[in-house]
Amino acid sequence: MSEIVFELNGEQTKLAVSPTRRVIDVLREDLKLTGSKEGCGTGECGACSVLVDGQLRLACLMVAGQLDGHRLTTVEGLGESPLGAKVQTAFAQAGAVQCGYCTPGMEIAAVDLLSRQPDPSRDEVRAALSGNLCRCTGYVKIIDAVCQAADVLNASEDAQS
Amino acid sequence: MSAWFSPDSIDDALALIERHPDARLIAGGTDLLVRRRSEMSDIPLISLERVAALQGIEEVREDGMLAIGAATRIAELAVSPLLAANAPLLQRAALSFGAPAIRNMASVGGNLCTASPAGDCLPPLHALGAQVELIARAGRRRLPISDFIVGPGRTSLAPGEIVTRVLLPSRDRFAWQAYEKIGRRQSLAISVVSFAALLRLDDEQRIAEAHLAWGSVGPTVVTAPELANWLLGKPLDQSLIDVAAERARAAVCPIDDLRAGADYRRALAGNLLRRFLRRVQHG
Ligand SMILES: Cc1cc2nc3c(=O)[nH]c(=O)nc-3n(C[C@H](O)[C@H](O)[C@H](O)COP(=O)(O)OP(=O)(O)OC[C@H]3O[C@@H](n4cnc5c(N)ncnc54)[C@H](O)[C@@H]3O)c2cc1C
Ligand code: FES
Ligand code: FES
Repeated sequence: MSEIVFELNGEQTKLAVSPTRRVIDVLREDLKLTGSKEGCGTGECGACSVLVDGQLRLACLMVAGQLDGHRLTTVEGLGESPLGAKVQTAFAQAGAVQCGYCTPGMEIAAVDLLSRQPDPSRDEVRAALSGNLCRCTGYVKIIDAVCQAADVLNASEDAQS
Repeated sequence: MSAWFSPDSIDDALALIERHPDARLIAGGTDLLVRRRSEMSDIPLISLERVAALQGIEEVREDGMLAIGAATRIAELAVSPLLAANAPLLQRAALSFGAPAIRNMASVGGNLCTASPAGDCLPPLHALGAQVELIARAGRRRLPISDFIVGPGRTSLAPGEIVTRVLLPSRDRFAWQAYEKIGRRQSLAISVVSFAALLRLDDEQRIAEAHLAWGSVGPTVVTAPELANWLLGKPLDQSLIDVAAERARAAVCPIDDLRAGADYRRALAGNLLRRFLRRVQHG
């Protein structure tokens, strides 16, 4: 065991954990944060997507030691930012969720995109979500949701300026 | 549970390797952690992630080369202005690599050391004439990428050695640079065939210089130097393109596997060169 210190969804967190334990296991089993899913465990499905220092990463291909000193955002913390909240509302309103297994990863990838590119084209949205698999929706409504979130985001910025 | 070390300098990393000869180096972990689940969960890991000297892309003053730190992420290759000016084909390869999250994690050094015949950085780095710089307690050495990668999954990395940088000679005189990857789908695809090319025409539209490289059509990258030499001085017309494509098909040595058959790969290798030369021909 060793102690790792990192920021988890805005809160400074100290954890005694094996530094080579997979981050997905730390989240789901140790911290009981079961929003992040494990679909494949080999980097191919995106269900375990998280943000590390605001950047898209996969929790199934990271170990706890890599988190030390960094900022981790999971789907549980997404709604705390205005951007994350808008993405989540858009997913609900656009009907982008069926079984919901892919949804946390999709929303994380959407926030990663919109934080860098607030006004993406449909193709940019497709490319940004290309590492996230969904077995239910056929993707159309997921892409609609991200585009809707971008519209809401830009409308609220226009209103402010 | 196994030990984890995250040194922040090359010296510390070398000292750790000496103390833990059974340890494995890990950069992005996108190859190692996939395999580790099944095979080697007790092996200590030495992470290169926090070694600043292994990060980033810069110009080396003395010899005018570009140096890419081994732990530099694929995502960083894709946006580097230095690469945009010198080696846009490597950026094309970076953008075809995995999917966004994988590109944020995977490193160029990891791609070299994994030495997969389908590794997306490898054909561009062969075509660019890249050199690989290595360091060990005994000192540094530098070797051409074609000597570094010696077989599928095999490199000439010695025990205790770290890849520090990939060095690229200046290639901005090549107006034509291309990377194409044919996979089963657009994203998260292992290449069925990939193709990298650098080409320069003279004032009379004859081929002045060419470097070609194919991935996934042999145990290592195929560069066909005889074919590249044969092109030199020849005017770029339809008959040249036909013969060149034929020669490319003869130069590669693909296998049948889950992703595609050897005949299909051979045909693709020729067609990718044909498509590239046509694009150059039509300016
Ligand atoms: C879902 C998925 C999709 C992928 N898609 C692609 C793709 O499209 N194209 C492609 O080419 N690859 C792909 N890969 C494979 C992998 O991402 C790449 O090979 C990547 O470049 C490996 O880099 P890394 O930093 O993650 O390596 P790691 O896993 O950290 O290391 C790989 C090996 O290299 C050694 N190593 C790493 N750095 C050094 C160093 N500096 N010195 C000495 N040894 C070192 C390690 O000890 C280990 O043996 C994919 C992998 C996954 C999981
Ligand atoms: S569980 Fe991590 S990518 Fe599928
Ligand atoms: S909603 Fe079921 S996998 Fe996407």
